[in-house]
Amino acid sequence: MNCRSEVLEVSVEGRQVEEAMLAVLHTVLLHRSTGKFHYKKEGTYSIGTVGTQDVDCDFIDFTYVRVSSEELDRALRKVVGEFRDALRNSGGDGLGQMSLEFYQKKKSRWPFSDECIPWEVWTVKVHVVALATEQERQICREKVGEKLCEKITNIVEVMNRHEYLPKMPTQSEVDNVFDTGLRDVQPYLYKISFQITDALGSSVTTTMRRLIKDTLAL
Amino acid sequence: METDLNSQDRKDLDKFIKFFALKTVQVIVQARLGEKICTRSSSSPTGSDWFNLAIKDIPEVTHEAKKALAGQLPAVGRSMCVEISLKTSEGDSMELEIWCLEMNEKCDKEIKVSYAVYNRLSLLLKSLLAITRVTPAYRLSRKQGHEYVILYRIYFGEVQLNGLGEGFQTVRVGTVGTPVGTITLSCAYRINLAFMSTRHFERTPPIMGIIIDHFVDRPYPSSSPMHPCNYRTAGEDTGVTYPSVEDSQEVCTTSFSTSPPSQLMVPGKEGGVPLAPNQPAHGAQAGDQERLTTYTPSDGAHCAATPSSSEDTETVSNSSEGRASPHDVLETIFVRKVGAFVNKPINQVTLTSLDIPFAMFAAKNLELEDVDPMVNPPDSPETTSPLQGSLHSDGSSGGSSGNTQDDFVMIDFKPAFSKDDILPMDLGTFYREFQNPPQLSSLSIDIGAQSMAEDLAAASLQDPISERPGRLSPDFELSLGGAEQLSRPALVPQPCTMKGMSPRRTHTAPPGQGWDQSCLQVGEPLPLLQPTLFGNIELYFKMYSRDFQ
Repeated sequence: MNCRSEVLEVSVEGRQVEEAMLAVLHTVLLHRSTGKFHYKKEGTYSIGTVGTQDVDCDFIDFTYVRVSSEELDRALRKVVGEFRDALRNSGGDGLGQMSLEFYQKKKSRWPFSDECIPWEVWTVKVHVVALATEQERQICREKVGEKLCEKITNIVEVMNRHEYLPKMPTQSEVDNVFDTGLRDVQPYLYKISFQITDALGSSVTTTMRRLIKDTLAL
Repeated sequence: METDLNSQDRKDLDKFIKFFALKTVQVIVQARLGEKICTRSSSSPTGSDWFNLAIKDIPEVTHEAKKALAGQLPAVGRSMCVEISLKTSEGDSMELEIWCLEMNEKCDKEIKVSYAVYNRLSLLLKSLLAITRVTPAYRLSRKQGHEYVILYRIYFGEVQLNGLGEGFQTVRVGTVGTPVGTITLSCAYRINLAFMSTRHFERTPPIMGIIIDHFVDRPYPSSSPMHPCNYRTAGEDTGVTYPSVEDSQEVCTTSFSTSPPSQLMVPGKEGGVPLAPNQPAHGAQAGDQERLTTYTPSDGAHCAATPSSSEDTETVSNSSEGRASPHDVLETIFVRKVGAFVNKPINQVTLTSLDIPFAMFAAKNLELEDVDPMVNPPDSPETTSPLQGSLHSDGSSGGSSGNTQDDFVMIDFKPAFSKDDILPMDLGTFYREFQNPPQLSSLSIDIGAQSMAEDLAAASLQDPISERPGRLSPDFELSLGGAEQLSRPALVPQPCTMKGMSPRRTHTAPPGQGWDQSCLQVGEPLPLLQPTLFGNIELYFKMYSRDFQ
């Protein structure tokens, strides 16, 4: 099938990177998480309840809604923290991007490993700007808040197109579609990666590396 | 339209739509309460959480929604609308948003009701949760409190977008196709948030423009009342049981009173009944007919944090301690920050009751300087976003000193740290009312001082000072009587004694002033008096102290 790909771009100040990324990722995951499945006999299942909570940003005039799951929040914060550190240490233009990819696992027969087939990829491109005065920072707070409002609206628009979603799996297949490792919610299987683009633009080494990896993985 | 739905599916679909409508209203209203919402996930299904989302049900809101729906469901031409509006403490209101749940004729016959429609409705609710935090009204509602409140109104029927002003924008939350039609959820929100009230405390002329459309009568006056959005949900932490709502009560009351208790006007309440002071934070009058609602404590922080703090603005900040009523003597500390280019020293005066001589002069001194244009530059709004600008201008317009002849008027007066729990008057009102006491007639002309000094000289020759209970000339006493118009008790200066040449020390020296024996020396004015404005006083004291040597 075709993989749906959405790209969002934000320009933020250094200290806003973390919150902006978390806002976007959490909003996407809010839409792509369900309650825990409880399978009953005869192939029916019941779904648990997803709670939500509001998160105020400290460096942006913005509030976003996330799923009430500490495990999920921790996992996201970890990877966003790594991204922020990588951005800071890169010393380049301050350009980077994070990808949130939803995939399905397809079991293959031995000796081939399981395939991961993405069905939706969200890419967030970040451009870090450096500001000199406090007034600029204050303006940036508000501007980035407004920009994020637009991004959230875009995300919601995409979500409500009701395009392809994996079929609800049977009990044996549920781990191929959902991440059942969390205690309180069940997002679709996802993986997050990031990439710091250096001054030359596209990063050649990572592309080559991926080509070789894919070839070897068959 | 005829569908192929079997009766079970049809029933399910109707139920889904009905509960979706109710949950939609809950999400919207809760998002405008002014607090952060937090619900917990639960891995085991409880069976009572519709659409697998933990959305609390505020009973009042459910009741209002059910009343508006009146057993019907959204259909073509019959939309369910939630109107969010803002109402200031002065009574002006403005529509901010209209959330519409509509149904159109486009059917999706293929879709499975019990599975796909349900899940899509759940997704739509999640989108609604996200979008409600993103429209401009959200930030306004988080800051609601003393200056304004957010109200909601639910109606069913045709969508009325006239009250949103020009250039309103629309955001579509999402759509869900069903076999009987497509459900659409969208929001139209006002863009132009500039707002001005013509009625405020001191009746100064409006400073900003007025939106004309704001005062136009609604073409479709709706019968459904407005309700405040600030409500502490009866959760397990507060332990408040929400009173059961009776239909007859709903019809009678136009709205619910809102906290904080210091608000003089209850928004929307008939007759404008002021609330009793010191209301308990949990709305313990739940049994009341009026169904008082509560505030979160964070609102107080908003209020205290809003005064402008520009460096060029001179602010008079009053802090009052304790919960004394206005009739009690307040211990107030006046601290004045001197603005740029003003060469007046910083004054710090503590007034306690009765004890400081000429304290009334000191207070008057401050008040006169308040209206001095050099000392009080205009309170320029320094907020950058139009939303905040409108809020500040809204609230600050009530702070004028009422001195119309000056070009510059103190328009922003928010006493810092004042807890608005002194009713019916808060500290700011108190200060405004009493900040311009009548001037002493003896101070108006130089000759007055001269004659008083002469009176004193005459009086001193008649009676030994040490015997007198601290009274000066009768004339002076009479003119001091004007001070009784102030709420402060008349303050009588203590004279020097003849014998020991030491003034009786019954007052508490103001901190840092070092009033000691050497204070009342000849030719030395009292430190708290401004020689430049009160040359008369200085002259008076010089003569006064000389006479008693």
